[in-house]
Amino acid sequence: MSDRRNLFNKVWNLHDVRTLPNDQTQLFIGLHLIHEVTSPQAFEILRDRNLKVAYPNQTVATVDHIVPTSDQSRPFQDGLAEKMMSAIERNCDEFGVKLLNLKDGRQGIVHVVGPEQGLTQPGMTIVCGDSHTSTHGAFGAIAIGIGTSNVAQVLATQTMFLSRPKVRRVVVNGNLAPGVYAKDVILYIIQKLGVQGGVGYAYEYAGTTFDAMSMEERMTVCNMSIEGGARCGYINPDEKTVEYLRGRPSVPTGDEFERAAAWWLTLASGDDAEFDDQVVYNAADIEPTVTWGITPAQSVGVSQPLPNVADCDAGEQTLIKEALDFMGLAEGEPVKGTPIDVAFIGSCTNSRMSDLREAARIVEGHKVADSVKAIVVPGSQLVRQQAMQEGLHEVFETAGFEWREAGCSMCLAMNPDKLQGREVCASSSNRNFKGRQGSPTGRTLLMSPAMVAAAAIEGRVADIREFAGATV
Amino acid sequence: MTNEIKSVNGTGIPLMLDDIDTDRIIPARYLRCVTFDGLGDYAFEDDRQQDPRHPFNQSEFRGASVLVAGRNFGCGSSREHAPQSLMRWGIKAVIAESFAEIFFGNCCSLGVAAVTASRDDLDRLAAAVEAAPPLNIVVCLESLTATAGDLSLSVEMPSSAREALVSGEWDYLGQLLSASCAIREHITTVPYLNAFSA
Ligand code: SF4
Repeated sequence: MSDRRNLFNKVWNLHDVRTLPNDQTQLFIGLHLIHEVTSPQAFEILRDRNLKVAYPNQTVATVDHIVPTSDQSRPFQDGLAEKMMSAIERNCDEFGVKLLNLKDGRQGIVHVVGPEQGLTQPGMTIVCGDSHTSTHGAFGAIAIGIGTSNVAQVLATQTMFLSRPKVRRVVVNGNLAPGVYAKDVILYIIQKLGVQGGVGYAYEYAGTTFDAMSMEERMTVCNMSIEGGARCGYINPDEKTVEYLRGRPSVPTGDEFERAAAWWLTLASGDDAEFDDQVVYNAADIEPTVTWGITPAQSVGVSQPLPNVADCDAGEQTLIKEALDFMGLAEGEPVKGTPIDVAFIGSCTNSRMSDLREAARIVEGHKVADSVKAIVVPGSQLVRQQAMQEGLHEVFETAGFEWREAGCSMCLAMNPDKLQGREVCASSSNRNFKGRQGSPTGRTLLMSPAMVAAAAIEGRVADIREFAGATV
Repeated sequence: MTNEIKSVNGTGIPLMLDDIDTDRIIPARYLRCVTFDGLGDYAFEDDRQQDPRHPFNQSEFRGASVLVAGRNFGCGSSREHAPQSLMRWGIKAVIAESFAEIFFGNCCSLGVAAVTASRDDLDRLAAAVEAAPPLNIVVCLESLTATAGDLSLSVEMPSSAREALVSGEWDYLGQLLSASCAIREHITTVPYLNAFSA
């Protein structure tokens, strides 16, 4: 009889240490990634209770959120950031956890580094004190974001309590039109299902659109699952997954790799796998998408107008008004042409090689508009190095972009990279919440890196499909 | 030591907006810290700066411990700093239409009672709190009710979380540790920890 369990349930069962009478599962965690912001208090909990890290080889640390992307000399100018750096250095040292630090050459955004190092593998349970841990689901892992108390629990026991979510299959079929990227697909899904549509669910992304995507594109999709409320999103492993991982540092070699690959492929949900829910979309309906509001679901296709408040559900009107007021945008107006002040290419959503190559291709031969400050922040030191080998930094710099060191940067602006006042930022990141990019009144428009590149050059939101000179 | 939380009894504070994310509850610049101490002072800092009438600015809601909120409360970032700042501000229970999952889990870890109620009931409760502050609210986790004056509404909470609070067993770390032998045994069955031959 065939196994009708979906990947999520197969992997969950494999990690089920015990299920309590109240239905909570004590789940074994295969890989725990930590960073400087959500771990110091967890290590304090261990100290207070005189506990060790139970399985230090299953934990890897890096630094990303607070690191400056221009002057990285120590001590950092920001004393508080320096204190956090020292804390993670001391904690990793004292508790025997491997730290990919600034001088290491492999540092970067935790969700870029995990896959890049081959730490992230199919069939694992992966947690990190960061909501975008869902990124790692691109490999067919159960990957979820957790809070700091959970970080302490996982450090001390390599397990945590979770209730098994339901699984919704989100199917998208067909080819993406030119100028439409993985980012547009996930923005579209969130627009359709809402920011809380995924609460209580894991999302399996399936269909020919995802089959055709590269691993980096799949990471972009899974990354934003949490913006749709789903704590976890994944894609079934296939030959692309196997080939991406082959030869990466933390991946086995030789016969062991072949055994691993064979096992990974068995995990994929079969054709007759069962799901709690399913939705189906058509890739042809997706156009380059831009957010206009203060939640990632408040988006429109770039050729579409902003909503008219009166046409929206009564229950949504307060939020839509709040968003339009904050953004200083008028209902019913086109989103295309909205002037921008800042362009940010980076974040765990879109800071990998394929993102930078595509953005560079758009900007080549153009100049950033005079009124725009534009920065590129690669996702990791290795991405940065590779991009420089390909000369991408020169393309960006010639066009007027700043080329920075790796980190989270203006995705959440815990480092010196911040919006000022009411600046509007075209951003390849994942959150357009009020104040997210460092100025309480700053405004964010989320879009694909190619669209950010085009907006930087035009000084306003542009439709990449009409962008001068770009053959999309 | 008993940590049983059978009910929360305190005055209410209304915040009936939807999709309040954790960046709004505690802006990222306050995450530059190595302890959670002092975060209570910065709950909703940016919203408060921009809106003098924000409930967290109003003296009549000072000292409140029951937050009445809208849909998808606590969405976005996983930062435990968010419930930590609310808790340190004084909040012991949140009654909302719904919660984002990670935020809810963080509340459970901290012993903050996060319960849900229908929108209509919440609108009524918020209106009552606004009309006559300070209004005392009793959230009872045993009867799953919230009462304020002559208003009484039913509230919900997943049974695992409710039982943990009521029985005082929300020190999840202790319970997880008690299974350490089972964990060690479990590891021998995980393929990727056994050269893919398990
Ligand atoms: S890039 Fe942004 S979303 Fe990603 S981990 Fe860093 S701060 Fe979080």
